[in-house]
Amino acid sequence: MLKNIDSLPSSLPVPLGAARPTRRTVLLLALLLVALALPLIVTSPSHQNLAILMLMAAQIGVSWNIVGGYAGQVSLGHAAFYGIGAYTSTILFSLFGINPWFAMLAGGVIAALVSLPVGWSCFRLKGHYFAMATIAVAEIIQIVFTNWDFAGAAVGLTIPMNESGWANMIFDDKAPYYYIALGLLLLTMLANFAIERSYLGYYFRAIKDEPDAARSLGVSLSKYKQIAFAVSSFFTAMGGSLYAQKELYIDPGSVLGTGLSIKMALVSILGGIGTLFGPLVGAGLLTAIEEGTRTMFGGSGRGTDLIIYAALIIVIAVYYPNGILGYIKSKIARRKAGKAQAAISAQEVVK
Amino acid sequence: MSLLRVENVYKKFGGLTANQDISFTVQAGEIVGLIGPNGAGKTTMFNCIAGYSPPTTGDIWLEDVKISGMTPEQCARVGIARTFQVARTFTSMSALENVMVGTFLKQRGVAAARRTAQELLDFVNLGHFADKPAGSMTISEQRRLAVARALAVQPKLLLMDEVMAGLNPTEVRETVEVVLKIRDQGISCLIVEHVLEGIMPIANQIVVLDYGKKIADGSPHDVSNDPHVIAAYLGDE
Repeated sequence: MLKNIDSLPSSLPVPLGAARPTRRTVLLLALLLVALALPLIVTSPSHQNLAILMLMAAQIGVSWNIVGGYAGQVSLGHAAFYGIGAYTSTILFSLFGINPWFAMLAGGVIAALVSLPVGWSCFRLKGHYFAMATIAVAEIIQIVFTNWDFAGAAVGLTIPMNESGWANMIFDDKAPYYYIALGLLLLTMLANFAIERSYLGYYFRAIKDEPDAARSLGVSLSKYKQIAFAVSSFFTAMGGSLYAQKELYIDPGSVLGTGLSIKMALVSILGGIGTLFGPLVGAGLLTAIEEGTRTMFGGSGRGTDLIIYAALIIVIAVYYPNGILGYIKSKIARRKAGKAQAAISAQEVVK
Repeated sequence: MSLLRVENVYKKFGGLTANQDISFTVQAGEIVGLIGPNGAGKTTMFNCIAGYSPPTTGDIWLEDVKISGMTPEQCARVGIARTFQVARTFTSMSALENVMVGTFLKQRGVAAARRTAQELLDFVNLGHFADKPAGSMTISEQRRLAVARALAVQPKLLLMDEVMAGLNPTEVRETVEVVLKIRDQGISCLIVEHVLEGIMPIANQIVVLDYGKKIADGSPHDVSNDPHVIAAYLGDE
């Protein structure tokens, strides 16, 4: 979609908006600089924490978007992979003493491996039925971990905070977590960007738009849905590992809950499904609502954020089915197309 | 040897027999029309050949490869491309990107795909629409876009399902020109068509189905004078 809009002016006789790509590059660089400098400006730990939560929500949103947005396979069970990532790295680190950086990677790989049988069975179903099947799978995995003594059962697991520092990915202050979350988000976006620009991105969108037509062009639906699912699971799990390292405590409710699955989907849908930057917008907004209501209403207001979520879903579904970013983009595209048309008719008048 | 051989194909849906003992061949570099009244089993035959629903019994061969029982994506890989009755355009993409999806079967590079796709759009006279959102194109344009997309997999045989239906005479003429150009590239075309004035002048061979059976097979001239065909289209006297 991004490309679509960019390539519009290039085909026109007048170089309308030729400065556009560079302007966008400048904007992105500025955004990145602000993101890098933020912990130096915002020094309050609670505000830094809010920024970390936003980055982490964005990262899982971008991960979910690979399979849910680009390939159009709406998974509502992604918490399973988040939890697998969190549990894998925590077990490897706290029980076997394996370096958490490596354990994080291992969590991603294991989640991707688990996504294979899950995808093999669930991708036989289409649309809503696929979404329902993923909910069921996530519930099963949550029940397994709740009853699995080795993994701490319902009590959960604690990472002993014996030595902080980069080697153990444990820190006393928030800033390092911020940079790790930012790095992971950038890595996930980079992978997403690379996929979007390669043949895989085209195949995913073809599968989403018209699966039968995609098959006629030699695209194996099961294979490419599975690729999207595995990549998405991999990055979702890395997000889970980061959560575990930041909180130093996980239990089935916090890393495997159904609400988490829905949040991942919502971050993308709200911001702009199937767009690279959509989840960032969605994550910023959702986290603000979540934390805002928490500070405003405290313990007595538990669930206020859910009411606002629900209202948002209705508004988005009715008025902005392409999400906030999707809406802005289509507005820009329409304005450009209008200008282009005007330029062409003006030329014709001259002739 | 024939390019496509359909041998005694039956296709049953429960108690309904949609294709009954159909046999015919398509020679390399020829245009073959598959015609018949509504409900004759033409699209079912197409779906059997393209792998969308395998024949109940009988075999289909592309050169020396048995394709009956293959999946649609395997069929695409051995050299069968198809278009659909409804265009099935990838509506989130531009015209060029639609065609690019097809080109990735033979090579994965995006820059090369862009070049090949542009050539194919030019080939079907849609070159100037490359950046147009595909969903906003007219029916006629989307049909030709679907042809370009199908050609992108470099097929030996192109199946076209009612490419001329609902088009005005000018658009039919444009489409006929494209079909002739495809044939001139050495690609065989099997065309399901209701618009007989479009297909009759260009086909080398016409296969006529009625109620799931083949009732005639031959040159357009012979077929249009066949009493069975006349009876099927106009009714008995």
